[in-house]
This record gives sequence, structure tokens and C-alpha cells, in this order.
Amino acid sequence: MGSWTAFVLVRLVRLALVLAGVAAVAFLLAKFSPVDPIDAYLGPDIARVGPEQRALIAEKWGLDQPAGVQFVKWFSRILTGDLGWSVTYNAPVADVISERFRSSVVLMGLAWVFSGVIGFSLGIWAGARPGSWSDRVIRLYAYILAATPTFWIAILLLIVFSVGLRWTPVCCAAPIGLLPEDVTLLQRLHHLLLPLVGLSILGIAQIALHTRVKMIEIMQSDFVLYARAQGGTTLDIILHHGVRNTALPAITVLFASLGELFGGSILAETVFSYPGLGSATIEAGIRGDVPLLLAITLMTTLFVSVGNTIADVLYHVADPRISSASETWRGVAE
Amino acid sequence: MSVLEIERLTVSFHRRDGLMRRIAIDCVRDISLAVARGEVLALFGASGAGKSLLAHAVMGLLPANALAGGTMRFDGRVLDARAQAALRGNRIALIPQSVAHLDPLATVGQQLRWAARRARHPMTTPGAVEGALSRFDLAPAVAGTFPHTLSGGMARRVMLAMTTASGADLVLADEPSNGLDAENTARVFRCLKSFAEAGKAVIVISHDLSAALKIADRVVLLSGGQVAAEERAGAFAGDGGALSTAYARLIWNALPQNGFSRVRHEA
Repeated sequence: MGSWTAFVLVRLVRLALVLAGVAAVAFLLAKFSPVDPIDAYLGPDIARVGPEQRALIAEKWGLDQPAGVQFVKWFSRILTGDLGWSVTYNAPVADVISERFRSSVVLMGLAWVFSGVIGFSLGIWAGARPGSWSDRVIRLYAYILAATPTFWIAILLLIVFSVGLRWTPVCCAAPIGLLPEDVTLLQRLHHLLLPLVGLSILGIAQIALHTRVKMIEIMQSDFVLYARAQGGTTLDIILHHGVRNTALPAITVLFASLGELFGGSILAETVFSYPGLGSATIEAGIRGDVPLLLAITLMTTLFVSVGNTIADVLYHVADPRISSASETWRGVAE
Repeated sequence: MSVLEIERLTVSFHRRDGLMRRIAIDCVRDISLAVARGEVLALFGASGAGKSLLAHAVMGLLPANALAGGTMRFDGRVLDARAQAALRGNRIALIPQSVAHLDPLATVGQQLRWAARRARHPMTTPGAVEGALSRFDLAPAVAGTFPHTLSGGMARRVMLAMTTASGADLVLADEPSNGLDAENTARVFRCLKSFAEAGKAVIVISHDLSAALKIADRVVLLSGGQVAAEERAGAFAGDGGALSTAYARLIWNALPQNGFSRVRHEA
């Protein structure tokens, strides 16, 4: 058990270092960027404010101090849980993120599960009989989609299903002009459908291709040959040996792809005007909302790092060859 | 009566040569042999002599680019692809070479149960798995372990337990002594002999002639994919004077304990 505590501790320290590093780099980038926090704050009122007043604001915010001091101040505030004030939404950054995250997490979570389940199934199906027609069709689908940008798929879906067939709404997470408490679950799902399809389609391709390659390897293995010699049918072999041996790599890829999922959601949410974390990122970037942008950056880092860590831990827990091989040894005396 | 009869078996591989031409390479040519119930037949040959291919051809497990010719009969009936699929596992069993033939992510107990179910003799009673293991001197705890924790000898005994569970009447053992020490080799061979004594037909594929001779009734020597000689096991004795073919005598006298001789003995 001692090795486990050490393992978790090392992971936590690594996560803290990554977060601190990303914070420093993101802060530096914001400093070097042409974004001026005062201009962003003033907005259209910029013409009515003289240089003296600007200097006063800068002094009050601490913008006249060296960048290092500013960073230390900002970062220590973050550590106490104060993420700052978002000028764009005129609300505390923490509130904006938690609200946006709630609508995004449904979209991303469902897209993640769908791409995992469908991608894995397609990969197993294709890899079980490489070179067959089903394999060719699945592979072609996966290659095309893996090479397709998210926003293009999103726009295509909009043109076909919202504009052409009028099956799905053109934008947003709910009908326009309705109070949030009046929106029914069905309406929410109706609005979620297209962004969800757009986001899932891309994840599917990646998982399917990874699973397929692993599955082909498994089907050529000695233990599958032995299973055949025992009289196992193809279905029996796929279920008992194929799924078991391909699940672990597939889950690892799935967790490691959280970063891409987040990137994809930014584009998909923008195209569908879906009010999630992704569209908030774009908004914050365009309006020069530095505190919100930095907070989202940190949050994404946390999200992706935790995903990668889970993938790592899963491998250690689920693969008997890696997990506590020594303990099993002791139990078996020849 | 012979359980398995093989007549003029040929296994060839197809390979593309350039864009248009396809060439066939014969790896097994014109092999004829038969094995009866209660008999141990040793198939002896160097690597690449076609021993394992022969076993895979009997089971119908050749790779997609391989083609088998000739006729095989099992219990008098023609052994075609359909018959092979029906008999595989439940009448004809294979004991593979190494631990790599066990699924690394499934426990020994699970794999034993699967093998029994595939042979249509499912292990339903509690303790059946442990009982099957104990017959091969394996502790009940082995059922819960994964293959990577098994030694070569233990893995071989697990596979023997799987074969017993299948109740097959023809057992093909592929290199059963590979990677085992003398003690484990003797143990595995005793087991195979007991299969024959129980009325099964056993084919032992081996390149260890002296080990195989301890249990074999007959020996078929393969060379370059063809039968080079067929001898009674008892004839491999002394200076090999009782052997009927020069090839068998040559092999016999080339063994370390028989003087490493490389010259052909005159009959």
C-alpha cells in the first residue's frame, strides 16, 4: 500500500507543478498580448476618460507595478479561491465558470460517453475481421472524420438538419424568449442534439481506429488461436478475449482525449451558439476579459491533467500484469 | 481402429510475387500417417519440418493464405472444414507450446471454465475448477491467478487440465517439453501417457527425440515437410540396428548419448 500513497503523492505534486507552470506562461502571454485590461473594462466609454483617470485606475488595480509583483498578487488570490471579476458577464469569474460548466458538462459528458461506446463497438467490429466490407466502411468513415475539422462538421449539420430539413433548432440551449424555468427537458434535449452529434462524431473516429488496431493484434495472438482450438466461436472469442484485451487501451485513449474534446467543444459551441464554457472562452478572448480567460485556461489544464492521471491510474489498477504482480506470486506455491 | 488418418496431406502457402504472379510454396508434402486409440505417436523433426503446420491443418486453424490438400479422416469420417469446426475442442484438443497461449487478462479458473464450456462439458458444480487443477498438482489458489504468474511447467499443467476438461479423444501436444526442466518434462509426458492409457489417441510433436521416445509407441520423422521415416519406438535402441531406415539410424546415432556420430552406419 505504501507504493500507492507515493504514487498518488507524486501525481498530486506533478499536477500542482503543471498548474503553476501553465499559470505563469498564460499570465506572461496575457501580459505580452495587445489586450489592455483598462480598455477592456471601459469599453465604449474609452473616449470619455482622460490619461489621469486611466493612471488612477491602473494604480488602483496595481497595473503600475512590475509584472512579477502582479503575477504573485494574482496567483495568491487564485490560491485563496478568488478568481477575479469578469467584465464580459459583469459577475465573479467563479460564478461564470460554474454556470457555464454546468451546461457544457452535459454536452461534453454525453459526447464523451457516446464516442467511447460507439467508437469502441465499431473498432471491435472492424478489427474482428480486418479487410472485410464492414471493416472497410468503418475505416473509411473513421479516416474521413479524423481528417475533418469540428467546425466544418458543425456547419454542415446546421445546414442539413436545421436549415434544410428544419428538424433541429438553429441555435442556443433553449428556445429564444423563454425564461430558463419554463424550458422543458425535451426542449433542452432537442437543442442539445445537434451539438452533441457534431462533437461525438469526431471522438468516435479516434477511438474506433485505436480499438481496431488493437483488436487486429489480439485476433492474431496465440491465445485467440488456442481459443479457436478449444472450439470457441468468433463471437465467443470477441466477447471473452477481444473486448477484455482492447478495453484498457480504449479507455486510456478516451481519458487522454479529454483535451481534444474540450477544444472541439469550443468550436462546436461557437457554431451552435450553445452557452457553454467553450463559447465563454471565445467571448472572453474577443472582449479581452483577462481574468476569465486565465481562469478558463487553468480550469482546462486541471481537466486534462486529471483525465490523463485517471488513464494512468486505471492502467495500474486494471492490468493484472502491472498491478501487484508480486502479491499474487506469494499466494501461489508450486 | 485409427482415430485419425491422414492421406497425402499437403499444405502450401500462397504469396504474391510482384503484381500479377501468385506463387505457391509447399511447406508440407504428401504426408500420410495414422494414429489409433491408446497409442502415442511422436512427430519428430527439426524446426521448419512442418510439425506444427500438420497439427494446425488437422485442427483447421491454418492461416488464411495457406491451402491444405489431401484427405484426413476422423473416426472414419472425412475431416473437412465443417467437421473440423464441430470437432475442434470437444473431440480434438490442442495443447499449445507456451504461456502466451493463455489470455493474459483472464484468470486461470475463468479460462478453464471457458475451455470446458467450449467443449460442451461446462463446469457447473462448485469446486469443479479446483478439482480439475488438483489432478495436475496445482493448488486451488491457482484458479484465481493470472497467467503471467505461472511458471512454464505450471502453465503446461493448466493446459493439460483444460484438455482433460474437454474430454477429447485425440490430443495434439505441440512441443510439450519446450522450456521445461527434466522433472517437469517427465511429469508432462507421464500425463500424456495417461491420456493414451485412458483410450485417447495422442500425437506428441517434439524435437526432443529421447524425451518423446520414453512414452511414444511409434515415431514419424519429418524432414523438409515430408515423412523421412516411420519407426517403432522400441527400435530406437543400442546402435540402432533394429531401425528400418537409414535416416532414423542417422538421427539416432547423432544424439549426444549415442556418440554424436555424423557418419552413416552401414546396416
